[in-house]
Amino acid sequence: MADWIDACAPDDIDQEDVIRFDHEGRSYALYRSLGDEYFCTAGLCTHEEVHLADGLVMDYTIECPKHNGQFDYRTGEAMRAPVCENLATYKVKHEGGRIWVQI
Amino acid sequence: MEKRDYSLLGQDAERAVESGLAAAQWYHSDIPRPQMKALMKRSDQPAIRDAVILFGAMALFAGLGILLWPTWWSAPFWLAYGVLYGSAMDARWHECGHGTAFRTAWMNDALYQVACFCMIRNPVSWRWSHARHHTDTIIVGRDPEILAMRPPALAQIAINLFGVMDVWRGLMRMMLNASGKLDPQEASYIPQSEQPKLIRVARIWVAIYAATIALALAQASLLPLMVIGLPRLYGAWHHVLTGILQHTGLAENVTDHRLNTRTVHMNPISRFIYLNMNYHVEHHMFPMVPYHRLPALHDLIKDDLPPASPSMLAALREMWPILRRQLRGEDIYLRRDLPPTAQPYREEFHRAALGQPAD
Repeated sequence: MADWIDACAPDDIDQEDVIRFDHEGRSYALYRSLGDEYFCTAGLCTHEEVHLADGLVMDYTIECPKHNGQFDYRTGEAMRAPVCENLATYKVKHEGGRIWVQI
Repeated sequence: MEKRDYSLLGQDAERAVESGLAAAQWYHSDIPRPQMKALMKRSDQPAIRDAVILFGAMALFAGLGILLWPTWWSAPFWLAYGVLYGSAMDARWHECGHGTAFRTAWMNDALYQVACFCMIRNPVSWRWSHARHHTDTIIVGRDPEILAMRPPALAQIAINLFGVMDVWRGLMRMMLNASGKLDPQEASYIPQSEQPKLIRVARIWVAIYAATIALALAQASLLPLMVIGLPRLYGAWHHVLTGILQHTGLAENVTDHRLNTRTVHMNPISRFIYLNMNYHVEHHMFPMVPYHRLPALHDLIKDDLPPASPSMLAALREMWPILRRQLRGEDIYLRRDLPPTAQPYREEFHRAALGQPAD
């Protein structure tokens, strides 16, 4: 059973932005949409293992900073070459003034 | 000079993987996240404006060329049209391939398809080839887009000012792909799932070229080919000239774009044709930044970069003595000094560089 991990405070992430979150040697990307929804995906691009937290968030997409591949960060779906493999996604909840990720 | 194998399937490719040069961590200038976000922000407006200017000018020049055909008075208009078709489309292929020209995805994709057709570059194949160029910039055996190898094939580059090599290779590859096959090197960097798309595009292009040639034969006139196809030859010179300035004469097998890439100040017309890719170090360090924000990026990080070449002529003059010495068999490259404000080159990142810096 996956645990809920305290990842950050809600305001640690700007609206329409992403931050990196590391836990037990793995890297994750945490997103905040324009509508203040929170999402979490694997932190590295499935194409060449670049940190997505350095990329660009537009609407519900994250664009990799190295080759401009895009994913829908709500579903992890690969949307634009050169990415072909979907990102893993993780459940997120906003509770007690913190953002929690189920990992 | 030790013979280098620029093939993607040769011994230098294996050596690059073994030495950790392939898919390595590269140097980046420090930019605070808020500034980086502002620089990366997408907008449709600048690219719509530039596309309207581009296609408007192409229609005007081609129209005047057709009106004045077959007199020599049409020649200046064909030359102008040719540069927009055979060179400006190279920059549109590049920028839209990155997806940075427009904010709206379909606009990027539409211009990308048009530009790929003009340049005879399969939109699937070249997207992957360029991704590799960004992963392994000027890493011998890994980068499929090294223009001037060592020793440099200057005669080939010279005839390519008229697109000859590119068009020959482009057409041969198009015919191969249309027959349902891929070149083995191309197959090494294109996932299998993408390969049917590549073949479909090649077949559509063959049909377009066949229709154009049929029209030219029916009219017993070169005119249809002056509009479609031939401008890739007679208008190629500008993109070859600007393209050769990007990396030529600089280091190979390093992981710092300040050592293998050149930024050159250019006149506004060349910058329009080239979509600001004269800021090439900046583009390679931060490929997420749209072309219209590269001047701002340059201003932000220029103190961390070697000084930009002041003009195309200055860059060519800087490059030429290095190429001549490489032609004579010397294993040298141009290593440019950094300003005192810059983070130093980290020797441990490019210890594997082959050759010696020129004095």
